[in-house]
Amino acid sequence: MEREIVIIGGGPAGLAAAVEARKNGIEDILILERDKSLGGILQQCIHNGFGLHIFGEQLTGPEYADRFIKEVEKLNIEYKLDTMVLHISSDKTIQAINPEDGIINIKAKAIILAMGCRERTRGALNIPGTRPAGVLTAGAAQRFVNIEGHMVGKKVVILGSGDIGLIMARRMTLEGAKVEMVVELMPYSTGLKRNIVQCLDDFNIPLLFSHTVVRIHGKERLEGVTIAKVGDDRKPIPGTERFVECDTLLLSVGLIPENELSREAGVKINDITSGPVVDESMQTSIDGIFACGNVVHVHDLVDFVTEESRLAGRGAAKYIKKELKKSDERIYAKGNGGVRYVVPCIINSENVDNEVNFFMRVDNVYRNVYLCAKQGDTVITKVKKQMVSPGEMEHLKIKREVLKQIKKGEITFHLEEV
Amino acid sequence: MEVKKMICINCPLGCSLEITIDGEEINVSGNKCKRGREYGISEIKDPRRIVTSTVRVLNGDKMLVSVKTSREIPKKLIFDVMKEINGVKLKAPVSIGDIVIKDILGTGVDVVATSNAKKI
Amino acid sequence: MIDVIVIGAGITGTAIARELSKYQIDVMVVEKSYDIANGATKANSGIVHAGYDAKEGTLKAKLNVMGNEMYEDLCKELDVDFIRNGSLVIAFSDEEMKHVEKLYERGIRNGVKELEIIDGEQLRKIEPNISENAVGALHAKTGGIVSPYELAIALAEIAFQNGVKFQFQTEVRNIKRREDYFIVETSRGNIEAKYVVNAAGLFADEINRMLGGKEFRIIPRKGEYCLLDKTQGKHVKNTIFQVPTSKGKGILVSPTVHGNLLLGPNAVEIYEKDDTSTTFEGLDEVIKGAQRSVRNINLRDVITSFTGVRATPDTGDFIINSPSKGAVNAAGIESPGLTSAPAVALMVLDLLREQGLILNKKENFNPKRVKPRRFIDMNQEEKEQALKENKLYGRVICRCEHITEGDIINAIYRPLGARTVDGVKKRLRAGMGRCQGGFCMPRVVEILARELKVEPEEILKAGEGSKILTGRTK
Repeated sequence: MEREIVIIGGGPAGLAAAVEARKNGIEDILILERDKSLGGILQQCIHNGFGLHIFGEQLTGPEYADRFIKEVEKLNIEYKLDTMVLHISSDKTIQAINPEDGIINIKAKAIILAMGCRERTRGALNIPGTRPAGVLTAGAAQRFVNIEGHMVGKKVVILGSGDIGLIMARRMTLEGAKVEMVVELMPYSTGLKRNIVQCLDDFNIPLLFSHTVVRIHGKERLEGVTIAKVGDDRKPIPGTERFVECDTLLLSVGLIPENELSREAGVKINDITSGPVVDESMQTSIDGIFACGNVVHVHDLVDFVTEESRLAGRGAAKYIKKELKKSDERIYAKGNGGVRYVVPCIINSENVDNEVNFFMRVDNVYRNVYLCAKQGDTVITKVKKQMVSPGEMEHLKIKREVLKQIKKGEITFHLEEV
Repeated sequence: MEVKKMICINCPLGCSLEITIDGEEINVSGNKCKRGREYGISEIKDPRRIVTSTVRVLNGDKMLVSVKTSREIPKKLIFDVMKEINGVKLKAPVSIGDIVIKDILGTGVDVVATSNAKKI
Repeated sequence: MIDVIVIGAGITGTAIARELSKYQIDVMVVEKSYDIANGATKANSGIVHAGYDAKEGTLKAKLNVMGNEMYEDLCKELDVDFIRNGSLVIAFSDEEMKHVEKLYERGIRNGVKELEIIDGEQLRKIEPNISENAVGALHAKTGGIVSPYELAIALAEIAFQNGVKFQFQTEVRNIKRREDYFIVETSRGNIEAKYVVNAAGLFADEINRMLGGKEFRIIPRKGEYCLLDKTQGKHVKNTIFQVPTSKGKGILVSPTVHGNLLLGPNAVEIYEKDDTSTTFEGLDEVIKGAQRSVRNINLRDVITSFTGVRATPDTGDFIINSPSKGAVNAAGIESPGLTSAPAVALMVLDLLREQGLILNKKENFNPKRVKPRRFIDMNQEEKEQALKENKLYGRVICRCEHITEGDIINAIYRPLGARTVDGVKKRLRAGMGRCQGGFCMPRVVEILARELKVEPEEILKAGEGSKILTGRTK
């Protein structure tokens, strides 16, 4: 089968990209989604707080997804559910599989990668101890509780104060479990303030900073964990260990973009984000392969995923219509001094519509700083920030005219003291 | 006079608020902006929250649909609201926005569906 | 009344069961846990040793070399992956080089074929990622790798298809001797058998006592491991050992037969036989030990860590004898126990014969096993055929290992099929990839519940009491 645009993943990124590509004149679009419904992880995120930027209102995850699903239906964009992509090659052939069609081979003119991310596991952290039932990622627990309607435990400890961990602390509490505590390795939370207050404080759930789980106990089912305080080097401090009885340990210790398919296709991956290196149109190192959403870098708000994915949809449409310009005059964007990474990191100013919104994450908590973009020593733009933290994505917009003037060279992003 | 401490949730700054309550008079300090003051006062006078959960669906293509309170309900009623929600069984089909419980516990707030379930 | 009861369904018990299934006798295997290979067999290095380690004249030395030579044919017959990737014992000093020479000589005396000593240059040619400090090595080309639990499951399946009964969750509590038979009292009632084989692994000393054998002790010694993602599986080709110490063969770095990279084990004496916990210090020891041998191990790609417990006998050698009339011990089968298992089984049969068991060959013994082909391992034609037969092969459940719903159903309905999440994992590797079951575990629970016709709440991770779910929310 030959298709113009094939989108891998029917979550928020894939849906927004599909809608945008159609609105930009592409008729032949196919979304491949591995789950039983469109919407991706949003379907299990039943809490509210999505959509403030895009819709100006607070929606739950399924409602946010539904807005895009309705649009996909209305625009008659074709999608296949229950369909897993097995292989992608650099010449944009795709092999996928589902129970109805069996093996599907597709030759695409353009591909948009929108596979999202997966959770870091106990194995990746190498937490010592036994291997009982009752240790699972917060996302797996969320699926059990919110989609399947099963409880995963009665007495819970949560490792990691990322948003999923905080949300699950409240969710488990509302469904009758006792959440003993949330333990965070860092001296600060990577979750939103609102979630700390409304998911923990509201229910008197303690949040222990600079602590971690150092041992897992219990032969068949979890019986407890040993927690310990950690020093500045994030290593446990001997003598601070304490046993906490629990039957469930939920892990919310980070997300990793899922790029096995991208790697197979030969797409260049950024070591810091673990996602593809992309340009202003969200095009990867391979012409005609685009990427957007959490597969590129882990976002904190779905609204930004939508924004980025629209860019990818537009980019892919331009590519099909041969409107995407290629030039040797490129600007390279880099993080520096406190900024860990910047997306996008390659700019062909010719392809920029109005402005480029650069997304980035900082490497620590800083107060009273300027977030600035520089060319050499010249400041292009800067904004004052009362506080930045690794948990919250920052962004900085640069106008097309400014980029056109720079044309080629390097822009660096810094944090500077006020 | 009573003093309460809380974290403002309006922005990433997360100001530590100190609120003194003296009868009808409420004073907020520690906030860096006006929104912090408003937040502090509302948290003392009438703290409210949106509750989200799930409801069992019968004859549907899935076991559960998600639900939310259409507006914020008094914080102290969270667990009572959960009890009501847990008592409900819906018959498919269910669509987003369908009222699951009208005027829950006399709050004037409805519980509405936030996902769809098809009938099978 | 059955003829032979085999206690324990680890690698030793299943190898014995398969050997016994060739004859016209009634055999039953009892296993206290939920599945095959749930003890020492579940978690070990998976190395088929060449045989230069054990002291000449010991059972270990004899059975190791004998077992090693049997592996090719056995694995072919059982359709189990086995790779002779070769072993290297590397030396970091001239002193250690002398030890390597000793191992070489011992190997020759033990009858190990294709042994050679190589210098640093040759070593680096074979293994570019080896430590710069290595000065030379013993190269044993007959060393190999296999999946221990896969092999045990295959052995059990052959035994089962040839009439051996298996009873799980059946713990032996006492054994009473009658005139010419035994009453084996178990957690599921009494079983009468004319002969008893003790292949109880870590608990073989307790069974020996019940049988009235000469006292010995099994001292549990655990070994911790780290497993790395498949992206790291080609980091070394051979199994890399260091010069052994009194505590064991030391920490190795090896590709696994599934293409991962394995680091470990350390050796720690423990007090409880079921202490399969890892420790911070232990994992640190494993990683440091591995880094001593091999450069540039990418620790970001560690996907899991685990502990195995060795059934170390206090006698220093395998204990394969008759503790009392009608009974046979196959005890203390620590390393090289996996390698020796097929040879141990033959020796046990000889001992049973000596005890009076009459073994007449079955005419219809079926030695061939057709491996449960996973969809991902099939060629295009087979895939299309499989999809025609069952369209659930088209639904991928485990994204990392590309395991389909069809595969999982197959693993459940096979003889001695999977009944737990770990059972599925062992048979298919679903949940063994980089996400460690984060995505697929809820789906696997759902499929197990549906196929076994129980509530999802009843599905276990591994053993009794390892329930994953605690109730319904609504």
